[in-house]
Amino acid sequence: MTASHDTFSDKMADAAIRATPEPLAARVRGLSDRAIAWLFIAPTIVLLLAINIFPLFWAIYLSFTNFRANRPNAVVQNVGLGNYSRILNDPDIWASMQTTAHFVFWTIVLQTLIGFTLAYLIDRKFRGHAFWTTLILIPMMLSPAVVGNFWRFLYEPQIGLFAYAVSFVSGIPTSDIQMLGNVHLAPWAIIIVDTWMWTPYVMLICLAGLRSIPDYIYEAAEVDRASPWRQFWSITVPMALPFIMLAVLFRGIENFKMFDMVNLLTGGGPGSTTEVASIALKRDAFEAWATGRSSAFAIVLFVAVFGLANIYVKALNKVKQR
Amino acid sequence: MSTSKAAPAVSAHSVVEPSPRTKRIAGALVILYALITLVPLVWIFLTSIKSPPDSISYPPKILFTPSLEGYCNLFTTRTRQTPDYIAALPPPSGVCDAVTRERNMVIAGPSNFLPRFANSLIIAFGSTFLAVSLGTLAAYGFSRFKVPLADDLLFFILSTRMMPPIAVAIPIYLMYRQLGLSDTALGMMLLYTAVNVSLAVWLLKGFIDEIPREYEEAAMIDGYTRLQAFFKVVLPQATTGIAATAIFCLIFAWNEYAFASLLTSGSAQTAPPFIPTIIGEGGQDWPAVAAGTTIFLVPILVFTILLRKQLLRGITFGAVRK
Repeated sequence: MTASHDTFSDKMADAAIRATPEPLAARVRGLSDRAIAWLFIAPTIVLLLAINIFPLFWAIYLSFTNFRANRPNAVVQNVGLGNYSRILNDPDIWASMQTTAHFVFWTIVLQTLIGFTLAYLIDRKFRGHAFWTTLILIPMMLSPAVVGNFWRFLYEPQIGLFAYAVSFVSGIPTSDIQMLGNVHLAPWAIIIVDTWMWTPYVMLICLAGLRSIPDYIYEAAEVDRASPWRQFWSITVPMALPFIMLAVLFRGIENFKMFDMVNLLTGGGPGSTTEVASIALKRDAFEAWATGRSSAFAIVLFVAVFGLANIYVKALNKVKQR
Repeated sequence: MSTSKAAPAVSAHSVVEPSPRTKRIAGALVILYALITLVPLVWIFLTSIKSPPDSISYPPKILFTPSLEGYCNLFTTRTRQTPDYIAALPPPSGVCDAVTRERNMVIAGPSNFLPRFANSLIIAFGSTFLAVSLGTLAAYGFSRFKVPLADDLLFFILSTRMMPPIAVAIPIYLMYRQLGLSDTALGMMLLYTAVNVSLAVWLLKGFIDEIPREYEEAAMIDGYTRLQAFFKVVLPQATTGIAATAIFCLIFAWNEYAFASLLTSGSAQTAPPFIPTIIGEGGQDWPAVAAGTTIFLVPILVFTILLRKQLLRGITFGAVRK
């Protein structure tokens, strides 16, 4: 193995050296560590500046204007903080934030409960647990858009497997199981798909947490005759907590940004019952073409994610230090 | 579930080893969850080999005669013809020809699925190559040299990933329109590279941190320059990490929907926004959608199984290394 690597990287290094013109090659050979550090890091920073930061500043600029992307030749006026005050006073925007909060809250609760339980069960190390763990992980690797789209079929009240299974178990007629058409059920339809897809993610992180607890702590507890219940609440949960919080952080950020799955499953409907923030933003930016106002909304969202994540990371670090 | 039935604590091992009964119950519950959670995926595959009437029958059919119609419809466009016209045609030249004629239709030409799938391949592999190349260099820079403000730069790199994709898409849309990058594979490749490079830098920095500096230092004492040491010593050692990172980048780019649906519409459209738009006569052609979904998901399944040992690290940005 090492031999093949050596020849491969030898060739790469030789090629790199031969490809550089003589005077440059002499200079490259003598490059100081400092120069190499910048040479290596700069391309990444430049790319991020061009594709992430420059557009971000552009969006900040646009957020103070009444620019509309579908009328590029119209006169652009500076509207000051007008867009921001409109957004923060817009009941529809607040409704979308509330929808997002409901979605984030319930997906995190369900995924943490089911994910942690699964991790705990897998950590009993029954025969074949590695195989079944791999199977359980499959949904989270798949495209939320492509698989979410297929859930529309499973949710069909007349022909879908989901409605059939629910009606088979509960006896409710399938025509009443309008998961995507009913205003009360639609928010839960997206929560179910997200939970189906991302519980394995929380499970995997919790499992790492459980496995990080050294055996001797349980052995000591056993010597002290602590009951299994007591061991669970005094050892298992607190020691796995930083991991659980990490999983909650990642899921929280991802679901706050949720777009693809909801866009395909419900598109925000029926009405606007599942219109999470990203969907509202998309409608404003790419359907109403209110580019200035939607830029302001985008900035507000970004600041919100960033702020919440920062507060949460601080809390996480405190838990880790304990 | 009780942690461990307090078996007489003779040896230290029996204390932390769950009892056979606990293991059996845990195993049964995990397997039950795994089986339920795989139903939607099995259903995608079964639907892809059903005929359209079978796919929408109620109750959902589990036993049916397999049909290639879904795959045929996925790859072709068809037009309706009179029975007389079809009877007058020469004998069908292939399976799809025959299947289509049974529905009183003839194949009019290839569908857009193959070009869209090819776009997915080009964009995913192109952006992965770029992100991993840039990421490896930057990660080495951060890992080995004292970079001023290194922590701030690393946090900045990570934070670009926290932005909601729709918020980023607004200025990107305008910028690409100016630069002529709208709906081009190059534009999508650059965008995915920028999103993935943050993951690549964070993951690879972890992998490179684990390679002892002494290896390079020894090589440099032997007369290697820093660059040669990087190519001949560090890169070969980091191969596993680079491969794992590449697969994560590949999966992200492959699955991405939000940017693709907003920034591409025609020539550079990838498979995720295309698959949901496959319609037949009178609504969504579910067997064809399922066929497209199956073909789209299989590569990810393979990668997930290849990657299962590195999965945890990848999904937590290297925060949890096990």
